[in-house]
Amino acid sequence: MMLMKRRDFLKVGAAAGAMASLYGCAGGGKASGHVVVVGGGYGGATVAKYLRMWSEGSVQVTLIERNPTFISCPISNLVIGGTKTMEDITVSYDGLKNKWGVRIVQDEVVAVDAAKRSISLAKGGAMSYDRLVLSPGVDFMWDQIPGLNNADAQAKVLHAWKAGPQTVALRKQLEGMKDGGTYAIAIPKAPYRCPPGPYERACLVANYFKQNKPKSKVIILDANEDVVSKKGLFVKAWEDLYKGTLEYRNNSELKDVDVKTNTAILEFDKFKADVLNVIPPHRAGDIAAKSGLKLINNRWVDINWLSMEVNSTPGVHVIGDAIFPAPTMPKSGHMANQHGKLAAAAILNLLSGQEPSPTPVVMNTCYSFVDAKQAIHVTSVHQYDPATKVVQPVKGAGGVSAARNEIEGKVALGWAKNIWADMLA
Amino acid sequence: MKLLPTVAALGLLAATGAAHAADPNLARNLAATCANCHGTNGHAVPGSGIDALAGVDKAKILQKLADFKSGVKPASIMHQISKGYTDEQLDLIAGYFAAQK
Repeated sequence: MMLMKRRDFLKVGAAAGAMASLYGCAGGGKASGHVVVVGGGYGGATVAKYLRMWSEGSVQVTLIERNPTFISCPISNLVIGGTKTMEDITVSYDGLKNKWGVRIVQDEVVAVDAAKRSISLAKGGAMSYDRLVLSPGVDFMWDQIPGLNNADAQAKVLHAWKAGPQTVALRKQLEGMKDGGTYAIAIPKAPYRCPPGPYERACLVANYFKQNKPKSKVIILDANEDVVSKKGLFVKAWEDLYKGTLEYRNNSELKDVDVKTNTAILEFDKFKADVLNVIPPHRAGDIAAKSGLKLINNRWVDINWLSMEVNSTPGVHVIGDAIFPAPTMPKSGHMANQHGKLAAAAILNLLSGQEPSPTPVVMNTCYSFVDAKQAIHVTSVHQYDPATKVVQPVKGAGGVSAARNEIEGKVALGWAKNIWADMLA
Repeated sequence: MKLLPTVAALGLLAATGAAHAADPNLARNLAATCANCHGTNGHAVPGSGIDALAGVDKAKILQKLADFKSGVKPASIMHQISKGYTDEQLDLIAGYFAAQK
């Protein structure tokens, strides 16, 4: 299959799709057809692998991803803090290609025609699908921060909220900063990707300053009323480890940036930093709106929790950070992986003429480092509730660490190794 | 090979009268929620410090889970996660991992 030209592959895909429909009427044949997955992050890579694995190769899968390799957001704050390298958080797509027979296309989807079940690619050409999975992550609402609404400004005031060149660039800014300087991180109102991530980053930058630039300061400008995730544990780490180095300011929503002077403009206040790191508000990755999917609050995709299929658009499934989340569900890589498995199971049922499982379960585990070695976690389990038609958090389950510790730091790195393998190897 | 735990599960679910008793992939789907940390089909990455579950005796897995759930066995996160699954679901998960080679 991997040796086929694209055209032949598509013919086979279409034929398989037709077969699936035929068997579908009989109810419960083997799944077949062509699934196109857009986005090879935590969600997309997982759904691609699990579709191939669980169908034992009978479903064709094409993964369209613009980057040549996977770079992980989780653990990337350790690169910014200076204790890990980009190499440590980069994984090849070769496992998906060679071991699982996923066809990888390095390109970008520019349009989706859901009625014709086809997509158009930036480099030209179209591709048809029986089922489409969008795992587009988030894009930023630059219009909310006028001063940053251009490429030059965005190259100077970084977000580093998508791991890659910005991760490296932010690290360089911190390395170049003089001792006695100030790093400020602006956090948008929830929901945003990785709720504890900004607080983890603040800890790891403070850790770097403490050891290398002890006169320097970290300021957190949080648009939220309070610390969004793992509050008690972060506050304790700030008091115990970073007193005098790190300052937290709540209700400090960033309204604009004066890029020339590196100044964060708040509603009633201004704050000039040597390194200004702005995480803008997010919405579903741009392809969601471009595909004509109905968005909740003009931001997030409304999906059916039995299948991750978009309520407004049959045949299109959306997973990961782009969806309107269930109650207490974080936008995390771990959760995107779980969405990917839920979607893979449902799609294989649908492609063989069966209903999706009526009892899906997803769970989340998220570790945050508070220094180079110690970590804290939050975890939750979500079971489908037929009354609300949503996966609801199980009461009495889940929770946070009793206290920060080095064991969880080790487990966090073990988690990364295992989830990267679960997606990509 | 993969069907064995499923068959066992069917009996169990029929006994509980669950409407989804006919779902042959339930154990597989539930076990996949553990794979982020414990590896695809329970094959954790060697040296990652997280327990592999593939091929581990079902009774042994169930005992561990029961001890996590009751609090007898101290844990960093499994005492919190195990409480999120019903005993029937844990039985399916343990059976699935035990059947993996």
